[in-house]
Amino acid sequence: MTHIEVTVNGEKRSAEVEPRLLLVHYLRDHLGLRAANVGCDTTSCGACTVLLDGKSVKSCTVLAVQASGHEVTTTEGLSADGELHPVQAAFRQHHGLQCGFCTPGMVMAAVGLLAEIPHPTEAQVREGLEGNLCRCTGYHNIVQAVLAAASEVTA
Amino acid sequence: MIPAQFDYVAAESASHALGLLAEHGDEAKLLAGGHSLLPMMKLRLAQPKVLIDIGGLAELAGISVDGDDLVVGATTRHADLAASDLVRHEVPLLAHAASQVGDPQIRHRGTIGGSLSHADPAADLPMALVALGGSVELQGPDGSRSIGADDFFTGFFETAMRPDELLTAVRVPRQPGVPWGYQKFVRRANDWAIVGVAAVDGRIALANMGPTPLRATAAEKALAGGASPAQAAQHAADGTSPGEDIHADREYRRHLAKVLTRRALEHQAG
Repeated sequence: MTHIEVTVNGEKRSAEVEPRLLLVHYLRDHLGLRAANVGCDTTSCGACTVLLDGKSVKSCTVLAVQASGHEVTTTEGLSADGELHPVQAAFRQHHGLQCGFCTPGMVMAAVGLLAEIPHPTEAQVREGLEGNLCRCTGYHNIVQAVLAAASEVTA
Repeated sequence: MIPAQFDYVAAESASHALGLLAEHGDEAKLLAGGHSLLPMMKLRLAQPKVLIDIGGLAELAGISVDGDDLVVGATTRHADLAASDLVRHEVPLLAHAASQVGDPQIRHRGTIGGSLSHADPAADLPMALVALGGSVELQGPDGSRSIGADDFFTGFFETAMRPDELLTAVRVPRQPGVPWGYQKFVRRANDWAIVGVAAVDGRIALANMGPTPLRATAAEKALAGGASPAQAAQHAADGTSPGEDIHADREYRRHLAKVLTRRALEHQAG
């Protein structure tokens, strides 16, 4: 077992874990944070996307021990005092989801993208979400939602 | 999918990592970004007994200029390579290749040293290193050595690196303003290249046209002899015997190599 200390959604957490424990399982099974989904489990679909030190990563391909000493943000950590994060609100407003399975990963990828490119073009949004698959193929409204969130953050 | 059990050690320095490699031999694997190794471990294609984590070693990261070369530390992540003004100016093809790896999440984790050590013949950075005529610096128990790209990739997912060696840095010649071309043919976003071509300064490298990234030597020779890009590109697949898979058969890959080489030579940036 290996001792880890991870800051998750601003809260310091520590645990003794098996080195082979994946970050997504640490979040879901140990901490009960179940927004990040396990989809393809092969670094393709992006449903498990979380922020690691502010940058989007696929938590099915990060060991929990690799996150030790770092900051993780999940979808649960986005909203404060019951207020939706602008990206979450834009997804709701623009119907950026159908079945909802890809949504937490899409939202985290979008938050990461807007941190790097605050005013993306539509092409930049599409490229920025290249690592996230929506099997309902609801990409159009997802892109509209991210563009709307970008303009809202500016306003 | 869960990897088989292993012991985990966070290396405190490069020499600590080398000592651990010497101690554990080929039962150990180095872990940096983990975006080649962890997927293989999850599929149990790799079952190392010990993982030595060098991902946090600042001494192995970073980008600098050394004389005529650009030097990139092994644990430099693809996103940092792609976004670096220094790399974009000095070796724009390398920055572009890094920007073409996988997707944003993968580029946030994956490292240049990891990608080169993994030596996937379909990958972007091995092809870029071959096109650029770069080299890798290896550190082992008996000191360090340097190997050129043409000699580093020895087979399908195989390199000339020994199990007790650590890839510390990548060296590529600076070439600001030199025209370059890059073509990658994929069926879906974030896929590996079905065929890739990188061309710069008279050198042409191919991805996924054989067990290693290859030089298109016949096409290079034709170019040097004064052939037009279209004429030279006709020789791009000469001497190659690419694999066949669900994406493409051999003849299709050979056709793609010619088309993409022509495009890489005709549509150059820089």
